[in-house]
Amino acid sequence: MMEKTIDVMRQAKRNTAIDADDHGLSLPTGEFAQPEYHEQRERAFELRNVSVHYGDTPAVKDVTMDIFRNNITALIGPSGCGKSTLLRCMNRMNDLIPSATVEGTLRYHGEDIYGPKVDPVQVRKIIGMVFQKPNPFPKSIYDNVAFGPRTLGMKGNEREIVKDALVRAGLWDEVKDRLDDNAYGMSGGQQQRLCIARCIAVEPDVILMDEPCSALDPISTARIEDLMLELKERYSIVIVTHNMQQAARVSDMTGFLMVQLTEDEKSRWGELVEYDETAKIFTNPADARTEDYIAGKVG
Amino acid sequence: MSVNQDEHRLAGRARIAVAGARAATGDVFGRSSRRERLGNVVFPALLLLALSVALAGLLAIIVWAVVEGGSRANVDLITNGTSRLDAASAGYREAILGSLYVIGGVILLIVPLGVGAAIYLEEYADKTRWWNRLIELNIQNLAGVPSIVFGILGLAFVVRGPLSLGFVAAAGAITVAMLVLPTVIIAAREAIRAVPPSIREGSLALGATQWQTIRRQVLPAAFSGILTGTILAVARAFGEAAPLLLVGATTFVTFDPSLFENRFTTLPVQIFNYSKQPQEEFQVLAAGGALVMITLLVVVNSFAIGLRNKFERRW
Repeated sequence: MMEKTIDVMRQAKRNTAIDADDHGLSLPTGEFAQPEYHEQRERAFELRNVSVHYGDTPAVKDVTMDIFRNNITALIGPSGCGKSTLLRCMNRMNDLIPSATVEGTLRYHGEDIYGPKVDPVQVRKIIGMVFQKPNPFPKSIYDNVAFGPRTLGMKGNEREIVKDALVRAGLWDEVKDRLDDNAYGMSGGQQQRLCIARCIAVEPDVILMDEPCSALDPISTARIEDLMLELKERYSIVIVTHNMQQAARVSDMTGFLMVQLTEDEKSRWGELVEYDETAKIFTNPADARTEDYIAGKVG
Repeated sequence: MSVNQDEHRLAGRARIAVAGARAATGDVFGRSSRRERLGNVVFPALLLLALSVALAGLLAIIVWAVVEGGSRANVDLITNGTSRLDAASAGYREAILGSLYVIGGVILLIVPLGVGAAIYLEEYADKTRWWNRLIELNIQNLAGVPSIVFGILGLAFVVRGPLSLGFVAAAGAITVAMLVLPTVIIAAREAIRAVPPSIREGSLALGATQWQTIRRQVLPAAFSGILTGTILAVARAFGEAAPLLLVGATTFVTFDPSLFENRFTTLPVQIFNYSKQPQEEFQVLAAGGALVMITLLVVVNSFAIGLRNKFERRW
C-alpha cells in the first residue's frame, strides 16, 4: 500500500513540469505550462484566463486549464469558490443570468464557445448538463427521456432512443414496466439517473454534472458513480463535487478551487489553485493550500 | 447528615404520593390553564364565524332566487324572448345569447392577449429596465380601475372613434375584455412564475430553445393556474353590466343578437331592466334571471375546475 502510494507520487513528480517546491500559483496564467502527459490526450476544453463576474462582483478569476476527452474531471473546493459558476460557463448556462459576464477564452475542440457566431442552443446540444437537485419534467418517465430527441427533431425510432438512453443510465430494468408513470413518483436517485438518461438521449459529447449526488443517499451515489465510470467510455465528464472522496474515487483529473480575499476582506472570488492528475492531487499536491484542504484542515 | 437523609426520604415519598394521586385521577400531564383552553376554542369559533358570514351571503342569494323566481324556473325562461308586456311568458333568450356572444368574444381576446403579455413579462422582459417595471405597475393599477371607466373608453374608442364598430356585441366583448385583461395577465404571470426555474434549466440544458422551453414545458406546467385566472376573469365579465350599458346593451332588445350588427343585451342588464318594471310578475322574472345566471356560473365554473384538476401538477 505504502509502496504503491510512493510510486504514484514518484510517477506524478516525474511527469509534472511544475516545480513542486513552488507554493505560489501552480499554474502560471498566460502561457500554460504543459506537463508532458497532457500532450498525449485529446483536449476537449481549453480554458484560458477565464473570469466570471456577476454584475461588479467577481465570482471566479483567471482560470486556465485543459479538460481532456473521455476523462472524468472533478472540480473541488469550498462553498462559494466558483466551481459551479465555472461549470456553467462551459455550456453557456450562465447566459441565463443577465448580470453574468465571462472574460477570457473557453474553447471546445478549438472553437470559441463564446464566439460571436456561436449559438448557445447549439452549444448545449453538444455539452449537456445534470443538475444538483434532480429536476425531472412533470411528465411521464418516457416523455422525460423523449423530450430532448423530440424537441431537437432527432431521427430514428423514438422508442429505441428512449430505451437505449435508459439502458445506458442503468435505469431500464427498474422502469421498463412503468414508463408511463409520472417521473415524480420515483426515488431521488432514480430521478437523478433519469436526468442523466434524459441528457444522454440527445447524444451530447460532454456531460457537465453540478454536484449530482449531493441530494442522494450513499447507495444511490454509488450507483451514479459506477454509471459515470461506464459513461466515460463515450463521453467526457466534468463534475463539480463537495465530496472529496467522490472526486478521488471517480475522477482522472482534479482541479482545486479556493476562495481568495482582498486584504480588506471586502471582495472575494474563486481561483484555481491547482489542477493535476487526481492521484497527484490527493497524494502529493504541489500547493500547501490543496494539501490543507484535502487533509480537512480548512474548508 | 441523618437529618438530610430524612429530608430526602420525605421528599421522595412526597413525589411518589403526588405521582400516585395524578395516576389515580388520570392527570399525569397536568392541565393547561383556563386562558389557554379558552383561546383554543374562541379563535376557531371567530374564524368559523367569518367563513359563515360569507357563506350565508351566498346562501341567502340562492334561497331568495329560488323562492322568488322558482315558479318561473322552466325551459320557457331560457327559450322565450323578452317582452315588456307579458311577464308570464317573457324570457331571457336574447339576453342569454347576448351574454354568450360577449363572453365568447371576451375569451377569444383575453386568452391569447393575457397569456402572451404574461409570457413576455415573465420570460423575456429584463426586469432591471425601468420601462418594464413601469408596465408591471400599470397593469396592477389597471386591474383596480372601475368598470364604468372602461365603459367610457369603449364608447370613445370602440363604438365610436378609431374602431367605430357601433353599438354591437363585438364592441361589448372588446370593452369587457379590456376590463378583465389585467386580471388574466396577473394570474397567468403568477402561474408561470410558479413553474420552478429548474424545469426551464433542464429543458435549456438539453439544447431546447427558449421558445421550445416555454411552449413545451412552462406553458403546460402553468396551464392549470392560467385556467384558474381565466375562469375568474370570465365570471367577472359575465356579471358586468355597467360598461355594457355604455356600449350598446340597451333596454328590451327583441331580436337575437349578432356580433357586428344591431344592439344587444346581456343577462345582468336584462335582469336589471325587468326588476325596474312596477308589476309583481316582472320581479319574479328578474329573480328567475338571477337563478339562470347562478346556474350558468356554477356549470361553467365546475367544468373549468374539473379541467384544472385534471391538469394540476405537483412539484
